[in-house]
Amino acid sequence: MPHVLTTHGDCGAFTGGVFAFDVEARSVRQLILELENRFPGLGDYVERRMAIAIDGEIHQDAYGAALGEHSEVYLIPKIGGG
Amino acid sequence: MTDVLNRPSTPQLKVVGTRPVRPDGVDKVTGAATYGADFHLPGMLVGKIKRSPHAHARIVSIDTRAALALPGVKAVVTAADLPDLASEEYEAGESASNLRDLSLNVMARRKALYDGHAVAAVAATSSAIADAALDLIKVTYEVLPHVIDVEAAMAPDAPLLHAHMFTEGLDERPALPSNIAKRNQIKGGDIDKGFAEADVIVEGRYTTQAVHQGYIEPHACVASFAADGQCQVWSSSQGQFMVRTYCAKVLDLDIASIRVTPAEIGGGFGGKTTVYLEPLALALSRQSGAPVKMVMTREEVFRATGPTSGAVILVKLGAKTDGKLTAAEVELKYQAGAFSGSPVGAGSMTALAVYALENFQITGWDVVTNSPKVAAYRAPGAPIAAFGVESAIDDLALKLGIDPITLREINGVKDGVKAVYGPTFRNIGYLETLKAIKDCPQYTAPLGPNQGRGVAAGFWFNVGGESTAAVHISEDGTAVIATGNPDIGGSRASMAMMAAEVLGLPVEKVRPIVADTASIGFSMLTGGSRTTFATGMAVVQAAEKIVAELKRRAAVIWDVAPDMVTWENGAAVCLDPSKEGLRPLPLAGLAAQSAKTGGPISAEVSLNAQGAGPGFAVHVCDVEVDPETGHVTVLRYTAAQDVGKAIHPSYVEGQIQGGVAQGVGWALNEEYIFDSEGKMENAGFLDYRVPVASDLPMIDAIMIEVPNPRHPYGAKGVGEAPIIPPLAAVANAVRGAIGVRMCDLPLSPPKIRAVIDAKAS
Repeated sequence: MPHVLTTHGDCGAFTGGVFAFDVEARSVRQLILELENRFPGLGDYVERRMAIAIDGEIHQDAYGAALGEHSEVYLIPKIGGG
Repeated sequence: MTDVLNRPSTPQLKVVGTRPVRPDGVDKVTGAATYGADFHLPGMLVGKIKRSPHAHARIVSIDTRAALALPGVKAVVTAADLPDLASEEYEAGESASNLRDLSLNVMARRKALYDGHAVAAVAATSSAIADAALDLIKVTYEVLPHVIDVEAAMAPDAPLLHAHMFTEGLDERPALPSNIAKRNQIKGGDIDKGFAEADVIVEGRYTTQAVHQGYIEPHACVASFAADGQCQVWSSSQGQFMVRTYCAKVLDLDIASIRVTPAEIGGGFGGKTTVYLEPLALALSRQSGAPVKMVMTREEVFRATGPTSGAVILVKLGAKTDGKLTAAEVELKYQAGAFSGSPVGAGSMTALAVYALENFQITGWDVVTNSPKVAAYRAPGAPIAAFGVESAIDDLALKLGIDPITLREINGVKDGVKAVYGPTFRNIGYLETLKAIKDCPQYTAPLGPNQGRGVAAGFWFNVGGESTAAVHISEDGTAVIATGNPDIGGSRASMAMMAAEVLGLPVEKVRPIVADTASIGFSMLTGGSRTTFATGMAVVQAAEKIVAELKRRAAVIWDVAPDMVTWENGAAVCLDPSKEGLRPLPLAGLAAQSAKTGGPISAEVSLNAQGAGPGFAVHVCDVEVDPETGHVTVLRYTAAQDVGKAIHPSYVEGQIQGGVAQGVGWALNEEYIFDSEGKMENAGFLDYRVPVASDLPMIDAIMIEVPNPRHPYGAKGVGEAPIIPPLAAVANAVRGAIGVRMCDLPLSPPKIRAVIDAKAS
């Protein structure tokens, strides 16, 4: 199962301080739905505020991005620029 | 000197990586290019804005009757003429903006939150009449206490900007509102344990002042609101689609009813990623029934458009005697200006990103202040954080007696290392960038009296996002490339080059244009160093669709199976052995017969690009300090950067040199200066000192090419990273020259002179 991690305090408020856990998901869309299911509010928060780094590659607003069986999934704040 | 360490991912490139003449060059050097302020329409009115003279005040009343009665005045608009929007986050720029705050920044409602905040707008038949009308608008204020300093704004008894603001991100929701919009925190490992293991600890408190993006072209637009509700806007911005969406939201219009045409842009650097004038020009046009032109003065640009944050940065580093970092703690306090949304989040993520660390804690505070709402500025938030961290790293190197680049090599990130902000790095060139500076001639050049050398590093994520590109083949076999991204850093050239590479055309036969919102599919704005990467992917894919279509057309002409045609050097080549002797069919020949083979040859691709490769920059700066005046002369400057693959190397060098120039200004001279009433005292380029050409040496750019495998040619964003190291590189060089660490930017002559005097006494 993909392994979800975050070092960002925002997510801890939804997970009760849990910063690493496994999820059953094969795409970013499934991940968001699963996060919302397990930690109410987190899926919505991730969708609005967070980017998702899959195996080191940052994805933003990408429902279709695939998660591998052993993917490392990092939740980080969305990124803009100048 | 420019040195390209070439490691091409695609070795047979003919166009990508060359240096053709820029397609927009002639227009710009002859003055023919049409910028926002150059546009005119028949019967156009002049729009102007009345601005608050107070840093914080309740708006008791606004009386516009006398202004409206003045002959020649055709419209007067206040917040009462705009929808009172609810708080709602909406994705339109690069990330979500709060529409209520956006609207309130365009036009104050109930309270003015900074000196220069718009409170009313007029449209009149002449500039003089518009000025007179502004004077006739009577605004009654109740002046309130103000606060601009970030730490003063965080104090419990600080004047409160927003009664509804409760700090987000704390363990418990606070009982009282405050000016602290949000706390963010990134933690890893055990910093107490890490500091306990350290042989050496350095600590520092650093400050930066608000600085402006300093684009030469002021904000300008023309807007027309027709009687049937159809709207047009011509404006200078970093994103015509961003302007369209924000105008629609602020005025409660259908998005499709607004067509935005991008003007040539005279600099943005992040500062033109939002709207100020456009919704007001539309509102004035709606009321008057005539087109309205609005152009900011330089003073208005400074007083009312986004600078970046002033900040306080606290850094504590622990290391073993061999240089290995054991722990790092960083606290960042950033001004957001009148509304929440400082770049402290990105500052937090980038602060320690170039270091491989087990034990770290970064805390960021987003704080509202009675100053203009900050806007993005190249690598938003990162230069500020890097100033603190890279200064402390320099002090650590000095304390340990280790070469500052060696110290960074010992602790530097590489492929497979997990970034402090989370993901595992892949395909990065940070260590190569450090080595390039270590090996460059400047790094070992002798220094004279009163001279010093400083190095610093920086990191930026880069982004992708939504882009659309269209390729149209003309009847003579030339091509037009249309994208939805304003060209702020040479993107037209890189788009044309990538299309030419795929099509096999000379780049001169490809004309790139920036299309209006009705003529091309949606594209996110130009920012975050995303356009060459993301829009470039759309261009390449559209050109590949064209090639596939050209091959199909050739197969029709030759009466062979489509898979019996290949594309080489801009021509279809028949592979069918039964047709031996057929000469290749060039693009021009196929285009000439397009009517017979299926009609016009065009392709459009829309995508949401993912997988932008991060950028790393390492700079070395040599300075000389005049001990009598405190003036700093930058003697030499070399900047190395991992650029992925330079599509047009001259533009990449230009991005690097431009970032350095702006960073040097930030380090040495630039700052917002406010008087005791919160009014900006230096709202002009005479008193707000940006570097000019004579202030700078030639900036040598070294491009390190570690390709990004997600881009067809390996491109990474290049516009953000080069502004990150200069603040600390300059400060570290000054420290070397005068022997004293200066922690408060800018390092202006009076401050340096005071330090030299104190040292002497």
